[in-house]
Amino acid sequence: MAPLEKQGGTRIEVTDGALLPTRGDGRIIDSWRITIAFAILALLTLLFFAKDPYDQIFRVVIKGAPLTFGVTAGAILGSIILGLFTGLGQIARGRVLNLIAGVYVELIRGIPLLVQLIFIYFALGKFFHLNGLPAAIIALSICYGAYMGEIFRAGIQAVPKGQMEAALALGMTRGQAMRLIILPQTMKIIIPAIGNEFIAMLKDSSLVSVIALRDILRRGREHVSRTFLSLETYAVVALVYLVITLVLSKLVATMEDRMNKHE
Amino acid sequence: MSDKRIMVDIRGAEKDFGIVMALKGVDLTVYEGEVVLIIGPSGSGKSTLLRSINRLEALTGGQIFVDGDPLVGPEADIRKIREETGMVFQDFNLFPHKTALENISMAPMKVKGKTPEEAQAKARELLKRVGLEDREKSYPGQLSGGQKQRVAIARALAMEPKVMLFDEPTSALDPEMVKEVLDVMLDLAQEGMTMMVVSHEMGFARAAADRVVFMDEGEIVEIAPPDVIFDHAEEERTKKFLKHIL
Ligand SMILES: Nc1ncnc2c1ncn2[C@@H]1O[C@H](COP(=O)(O)OP(=O)(O)OP(=O)(O)O)[C@@H](O)[C@H]1O
Ligand SMILES: [Mg+2]
Repeated sequence: MAPLEKQGGTRIEVTDGALLPTRGDGRIIDSWRITIAFAILALLTLLFFAKDPYDQIFRVVIKGAPLTFGVTAGAILGSIILGLFTGLGQIARGRVLNLIAGVYVELIRGIPLLVQLIFIYFALGKFFHLNGLPAAIIALSICYGAYMGEIFRAGIQAVPKGQMEAALALGMTRGQAMRLIILPQTMKIIIPAIGNEFIAMLKDSSLVSVIALRDILRRGREHVSRTFLSLETYAVVALVYLVITLVLSKLVATMEDRMNKHE
Repeated sequence: MSDKRIMVDIRGAEKDFGIVMALKGVDLTVYEGEVVLIIGPSGSGKSTLLRSINRLEALTGGQIFVDGDPLVGPEADIRKIREETGMVFQDFNLFPHKTALENISMAPMKVKGKTPEEAQAKARELLKRVGLEDREKSYPGQLSGGQKQRVAIARALAMEPKVMLFDEPTSALDPEMVKEVLDVMLDLAQEGMTMMVVSHEMGFARAAADRVVFMDEGEIVEIAPPDVIFDHAEEERTKKFLKHIL
């Protein structure tokens, strides 16, 4: 997987399913254009030429989009906050903090996302009587917080060591130096990586359909159980996700290019 | 000199990095208003010595007093000492997300509790002093190396330090920018600032240094005024090194 070039030659590897930003290679025909053209054409063909039953399916399925975006946005925010503390915990000077953050990351990495999601969802429901949406957002935040923590850790370590030294030499506390000097630079470094996580999260949010939230996938499954049109429905569901993800990945890539230009 | 106040008092300073002993018991007394130049081959412990004074490196033995305050031990107040010592780095270490003015005014506000008005007024005055009054809104990325280093000096001065530490302040600069930085340092020396400077700029040494310290392998080999050490060094090691760089 291609690493993102970072300041000072430091590299941040984004793994764990994040889609890397799609960047054109400057030619008219590139893979992103072919794929988006295919997806849009296929969707339009189904909706306007084949029509029945696809227009019906589309209308049902797209109703799940707000929920998909809502869960994704909420969980990204949650995982950024959790990731910040995890990243700080990983690099903190206290051994106990290192261990807490480390165990959390190991734990999350070692369990399949779907299993975690179901487990946390039911645990939250049983002990905190949380339902549906908040439980799903918290569960996804906890899962993604671990990966976000790795991104923060790498981002903090990508800030040159001299920055902390200069801040300390001026009499700042470690906390002040972190807050005022290191983290603002970290944010700039990791924004593209967070964009990628957003896309990955949007896809993974489809897993919440198993826990009774009516997102895009769930609406599709409900439709199948009513009409038995499984192939047709899932084709539409897949195309809807594909179009959303392709558009977003282009946005992230464009944003990243803009930021690099403004250096 | 002996009737003057002692600003930095280094006593038996040791730094053991595990693989190397970077400082092997260094003694050095720097008086108020004095400019001490530190020279020596690469790896001789010059940076380690400077960085020990504001505890960017923690000593593994010995003691340092900055204006009478101990650096090591239960009474050590490291933040007070860092407030009182300004440091200028080889590669500037300006904060890239802050303008020149913010780089300078930040620590006085956050560390000394100055109001933004006070801190900015002081920062403008310092920018003027280093000849960059028209660049207050520039980000470090928009400044040349020499300009960056002058902002870095202003940033350190904004804390009103009692001692300034310079670690090879002109080594990362293109030759044509060295002078503008040395000129600022010369002014500072003439105004009576206590300065410890790691540098091999001989012109600066002769013009500004009261004493030159030659270090080798973690020890001070020889200390003498610049004219004496450059022309009549006593120690063989000093002579050999000077022949190399002169
Ligand atoms: N963080 C560190 N860990 C291990 N060894 C170190 C560390 N910093 C410095 N050293 C070692 O300590 C010795 C003294 O280094 P120092 O940087 O003080 O030398 P210097 O005189 O400043 O050299 P230069 O002219 O190259 O800057 C060297 O042998 C160096 O390799
Ligand atoms: Mg050095």
